[in-house]
Amino acid sequence: MSTRASTLAGRVMSAPSIIALFLWMIVPLGMTIYFSFLRYNLLTPGMEEWIGFVNYKFFLTDHAFFASLANTLILVGSVLVITVVGGILVGLMLDQPIFGRGILRILVISPFFIMPTVNALVWKNLLMNPVSGFFAWISMSLGFEPIDWFTQAPLTAIIIMVAWQWLPFATLILLTALQSLDRDQKEAAQMDGAGPIAIFFYITLPHLSRAITVVILIETIFLLTVFAEIFVTTGGGPGLSTTNIAFLVYTQALLQYDVGGASAGGIVAVILANIVAIFLVRLIGKNLDA
Amino acid sequence: MEKNFKSPFGQLAYSVFAWIVGLAIFFPILWMGLTSFKSEIDAVNMPPLFIDFDWTLENYTGILAQSNYFKFAMNSVILSFGSTVIGLLFAVTCAWAMAFNPTKRTKDTLLWMLSTKMMPPVGVLVPIYLVFRDWGLLDSRFGLIMVLFLMNLPIMVWMLYTYFKEIPKDILEAARMDGATLPKEIFFVLLPMAVPGIASTMLLNIILAWNEAFWTLNLTTSDAAPLTAFIASYSSPEGLFWAKLSAASTLAVAPILIVGWFSQKQLVRGLTFGAVK
Repeated sequence: MSTRASTLAGRVMSAPSIIALFLWMIVPLGMTIYFSFLRYNLLTPGMEEWIGFVNYKFFLTDHAFFASLANTLILVGSVLVITVVGGILVGLMLDQPIFGRGILRILVISPFFIMPTVNALVWKNLLMNPVSGFFAWISMSLGFEPIDWFTQAPLTAIIIMVAWQWLPFATLILLTALQSLDRDQKEAAQMDGAGPIAIFFYITLPHLSRAITVVILIETIFLLTVFAEIFVTTGGGPGLSTTNIAFLVYTQALLQYDVGGASAGGIVAVILANIVAIFLVRLIGKNLDA
Repeated sequence: MEKNFKSPFGQLAYSVFAWIVGLAIFFPILWMGLTSFKSEIDAVNMPPLFIDFDWTLENYTGILAQSNYFKFAMNSVILSFGSTVIGLLFAVTCAWAMAFNPTKRTKDTLLWMLSTKMMPPVGVLVPIYLVFRDWGLLDSRFGLIMVLFLMNLPIMVWMLYTYFKEIPKDILEAARMDGATLPKEIFFVLLPMAVPGIASTMLLNIILAWNEAFWTLNLTTSDAAPLTAFIASYSSPEGLFWAKLSAASTLAVAPILIVGWFSQKQLVRGLTFGAVK
C-alpha cells in the first residue's frame, strides 16, 4: 500500500525520534568511554591526561568493586527469585473466583506505582524501625527481640523493599499470561485424571515460561541499577554492605569527583547490562514476527 | 486455574484467605495513609494504633502551608507532563511511520531503540552531569524534561507501534481512495481510532516520569526538584517526623496511584512491549 509519497513521509516522520535517541545514546556513551581513559578529577581541573586503562585497573581491582558486584548479584538474584515465585503464587491466587477480585487486584498491583523514594522511607521508618516500627511490634508480640534491620541485615532490608516494589509487576504479567491459558486443555487433562499439581507442572508452568522469561529479563535491567532505595536509606553502608555498582559509580563521580574512575565504572556497568540485554532483545525480536 | 468451588462456603473461605494475602501486600501503603492522619506522638506509639487514635489533618495542613511543597509538586507536574507531551509528538509520528510504512529496517530500528533503554543511567551519568553543568542546565526544568523524554521515548514508540499495528490498514486505504491527504488521513482517521492506545501510552509515561528518581536526584538541587527529591530530603535525621513524612508521601503518590489503578491493564502491554498479551 505504500506509495512513494508515504514512504518519504515515513522516513521524515521517524527521523526526529531516531536522531534524538541516537544522540542520546552515542554522545554520552562516547564521552564516558573517552573520560574513562583520562586522569580527570573535578577538584583538580586542567590536570587531565591520558592514562590508558589505569582507571579500569583501579576500578576492577578495588575491593569496593568486588563487594558491590557481589551485592548487585545478590540483590538482583534474590529479588528475581522472590518476585517470580511470589508472582506465580499471587497470580494463581488472583486467577480464582474471589469476592471483590477487581478491587483486590488493584490493591496487589499498587506497590508498583509508589515512587522508590517513598517506598524506601516508609519501609525504613514506619515498618523496619527497631524501636517503634511495625515489624518491631510484631517481633515483640511474638516474644522475639526486634531486628535492627539497617544495622544487622542491611542488604536483606533493601532486598525486601525492592522485592515488594517489583512483586506487582511479576504478578501483573504472570496473571495476564495465566488468563490466556486455554481452559479446554486443562479440562482434558482433568478428564484424564491429572491432579492439580500435575496440571500446574505440565500445563500451567510451560504456558507461563515465556512470561516468566520476560519478567526475569525486564526486571534484571531495572534491578541492576537500583539507586533511590539505597540513596535514601543506607547510603551504601554500613561500610560497603549495601553498595551496588550503580551506587559505587555515583559515589565516585559525585562525591569523590573522580570522573575518570567513575566513567570506567560506568562502562563496566554498561557491559554487564548489555550481556543481559542481548538476551532480552533476542527474545522480544522473536516475538515481533508473531 | 478457574476452579468452580463446590460450595459458596468454599469460595468465601478462599476469598477471605486471598484478601488477607492481598491486604498484607498492600499494608505498607495502608499504614502510610493511616499514619498520615495521626499526631506525631500517636505515630510512634507502641503498640501501634490502628483506628483508635485522634484523627487529625494537621500534617496535611502543615505540609500544604509550607509554600515549597507546592513548588515540588508543580515541578513534578511540569516534568511529567512536559516530557510526556514532547514524547508523544515524537513517538506518535515515529510509530505511525513504522506501523504503516514499514521498511526492511523497521524491525531493526525498533530493537535498537529498545536497546538504548538497556543502557544503565550510571554509565552515562558523568557526561550528562558535566554537559548540564557547562550548559547551565543543572537544576533546570527544561534539562530534566529532555532527559525524561529521551529516557521514555523508546517505550512510547514501542507502545504506540503495537497499538497502531492493530488498526486495519483497509480503513486508511479507503480514506486515501476517497481523496484524503496524508495529514487528513492521520488527524481524522488514524488518531481518533488510536485514542485508547495514545491515552494509555500517555498514562504510563506520566507514571514513569513522576516516579523517576535517579536523574531527578542527581540533576536537581532546589529549583527544578520534583516530589521524588522532596521526599528524599526526609531521609536526613532531622526529618524524622513520621506523621508528616507519611502525609507528604501520601500526597506525593496519591495522584499517580490513581492513574496507575486506571491504567493497570494496559500497563502489561506497555511494559513488556507487547510480548505478553
